[in-house]
Amino acid sequence: MFKILDKEKLALSIFRFEIEAPKIARKAKAGQFVILRLDEQGERIPLTICDFDEKKSSISLVLQEVGKTTQQLASLSCGDCIADVVGPLGKPSEIKNFGTVVCVAGGVGAAVILPVARVLKGVGNKIITILGARSEELLILEEELSLISDEFFIMTDDGSKGRCGVCTDILKELIEGGCDISRVVAIGPVIMMKFVCKTTEPHKIKTVVSLNSIMVDGTGMCGSCRVTVGGETKFCCVDGPEFDGHLVDFDELINRQRMYLEEESLSLELHDVKRVECRCKKHKKREGN
Amino acid sequence: MLKGSSVDARSTKREKVIDRLEQNNKQVPSRIPVSEQTPKERVSNFNEVTLGYTAEQAVAEASRCLQCKLAPCIQGCPVGISIPSFIKLIKEGNFRGAINKIKEKNCLPTVCGRVCPQENQCEKLCTLGKKGEPVAIGRLERFVADYERESGKISLPKKKEPTDKKVAVVGSGPAGLTCAGDLAKLGHKVTIFEALHKPGGVLLYGIPEFRLPKAVVESEISYIKKLGVEIKTNMVVGKITTIDELFYEGYDAIFIGVGAGLPRFLKVPGENFNGIYSANEFLTRVNLMKAYLFPKYDTPIKKGENVVVVGGGNVAMDSARTALRLGAKKVYLLYRRAKEDMPARKEEVQHAKEEGIDFRILATPKRFIGIEGRVSAAECVETRLGELDNSGRRKPVIKEGSEFLLAVDVVIVAIGAKANPLLPKATPGLKLYKEGYIATDQNCVTSKEGIFAGGDIVTGSATVISAMGTGRKATLEIDRYLATLK
Repeated sequence: MFKILDKEKLALSIFRFEIEAPKIARKAKAGQFVILRLDEQGERIPLTICDFDEKKSSISLVLQEVGKTTQQLASLSCGDCIADVVGPLGKPSEIKNFGTVVCVAGGVGAAVILPVARVLKGVGNKIITILGARSEELLILEEELSLISDEFFIMTDDGSKGRCGVCTDILKELIEGGCDISRVVAIGPVIMMKFVCKTTEPHKIKTVVSLNSIMVDGTGMCGSCRVTVGGETKFCCVDGPEFDGHLVDFDELINRQRMYLEEESLSLELHDVKRVECRCKKHKKREGN
Repeated sequence: MLKGSSVDARSTKREKVIDRLEQNNKQVPSRIPVSEQTPKERVSNFNEVTLGYTAEQAVAEASRCLQCKLAPCIQGCPVGISIPSFIKLIKEGNFRGAINKIKEKNCLPTVCGRVCPQENQCEKLCTLGKKGEPVAIGRLERFVADYERESGKISLPKKKEPTDKKVAVVGSGPAGLTCAGDLAKLGHKVTIFEALHKPGGVLLYGIPEFRLPKAVVESEISYIKKLGVEIKTNMVVGKITTIDELFYEGYDAIFIGVGAGLPRFLKVPGENFNGIYSANEFLTRVNLMKAYLFPKYDTPIKKGENVVVVGGGNVAMDSARTALRLGAKKVYLLYRRAKEDMPARKEEVQHAKEEGIDFRILATPKRFIGIEGRVSAAECVETRLGELDNSGRRKPVIKEGSEFLLAVDVVIVAIGAKANPLLPKATPGLKLYKEGYIATDQNCVTSKEGIFAGGDIVTGSATVISAMGTGRKATLEIDRYLATLK
């Protein structure tokens, strides 16, 4: 069992959890992920490690409530336990002094990019961060990211904070303005990563993306997370999660992520019904008293 | 020369026994049949298909054994169980004695009695089999193993005095469990490291409930724990720790039994459409994650109406029969070689046929067609057999112009596995061969001191019992190695 040490609401439906996992904390590197299972009936879901603290024997995970499992996890509190956490899985990010690195983070991707950007900064890179979200209330880790960035931009789809538009707008401006970009790291919704890659490809700027495909075991055993990279089938869990974005078949990935949409919504619906029933029961009990 | 003549002498003797039977005008008595769920009944549930012998049936079947002095059956058993001895005990009604006899050589008898390919091992060499049906050794093994399990009184063997040696076993499948159990009996302190959240390896995630109930696996694992073995789950060796670190932590020897791991795909166009699974994924979702109980359990699975399974091994049979139980109306099984080449156990092929699986022998998918990202059809092609290949079987050759289309919504690719590089990559100096399998000598010794390996990560995809066989061999070698340490 893995104990929740701390829980923080970062934005609307986005939470940060600090979980006691001494062995994982000791081994984790930027870019790696864990797979967790909440309880006996639970599914196994991958979540990227957004921070790790060897002294506190803990790792931090950031998640957005989207399906049943993330909702259930979001409803847990400090002191509660998670049945299984396995990791660190996947290959760590490639860390080198490349020169100038543009970090493009969309939505919860900000949590995934933070440790990578921090280490890249640590080895001497100039960090330009573009943080994007649909609107202000979905922006997370603004302060943390701006602290480690030499240049920092915020973009929202509705213009509620920063500039109105998408992340690639600024990226284009930077490239066209003659900024000497050695590498781009893009982490966020698949559609965002796809367009970041389309923007950088003509300029031959190496672009690394972190893919969040559906997984079961996370050790290469099942092939659920397969993705086409440079015409070859790769497994996100052991060959990734980071890949050369210019080689990734994003359309296939988008399709594969939609595989269980029907089942996911059924699961969520039943979970909602159960939650309402629970609340009603509690209410009745109180009334009875 | 000497060896050859002794084999000749042996077979002559066997022939004589049978001749005598025939001279006395005695027909080889038939096997006692075992009761099974009817095909109609079983396709709609996940309960075990073969129900096992009753005590009377077991005694009657045991009485068929000729008690051959040379016991050819033992030579067919990868772990060398004293088969005639345990059968004799059953005949005498001493079921506890029989199971203890088996457990001298085999720590997972309830598993082996169910999943061993006996027809290619012990039963293949049974003297009775020369003129009639061999003794049902597997069913007898299962009977006494279940007898003990159901009684709730599991006897523990005498353990040797504790040594001060620690062994780490990586992987809790059949190879790892056997090695761990046997080493514990020898007095060593054993810890198993398992990557998944539950121990059992392929016994748990791979073999379906209807062939190997999970309660059976759990009871075998609790037996291994009772022997003093500690099991740590959620431990991916190669990630959270490494082999070198395990030595540093104080383990004196390490056994690697992590299985083959990576699923093979067909490498044909359209293979990444939704609805196309590796057998590993399909079976893991159903068996380990209990997707057949979705939405009570959270893991989903696509339950196809028309399913194509590709492959001819036990895993292919398991996948096809699982798809049927999930509610498929039609399940095709495509195999590119001849029926006789199928590596699956005979009983599994038989059961699959009875349940209505549509076998399309000498055929293979050429590409998959999808609508809106989901597989909708498999374009297949017939094959014919050409020259012999490396495996000693005739190589399938595509018949041009023989294409045919199957409308499907789920495809399961069950064409074997490759070596998972995760652990070898994290273990510098460990010698590999072929496509990344761990190289060992005949006694499971690897190129690095103190490291031993067995099961599918050494042999490539094989059977539960052969993995157990290597686990046992490794035990002897590890015990010998530990004795050399001060």
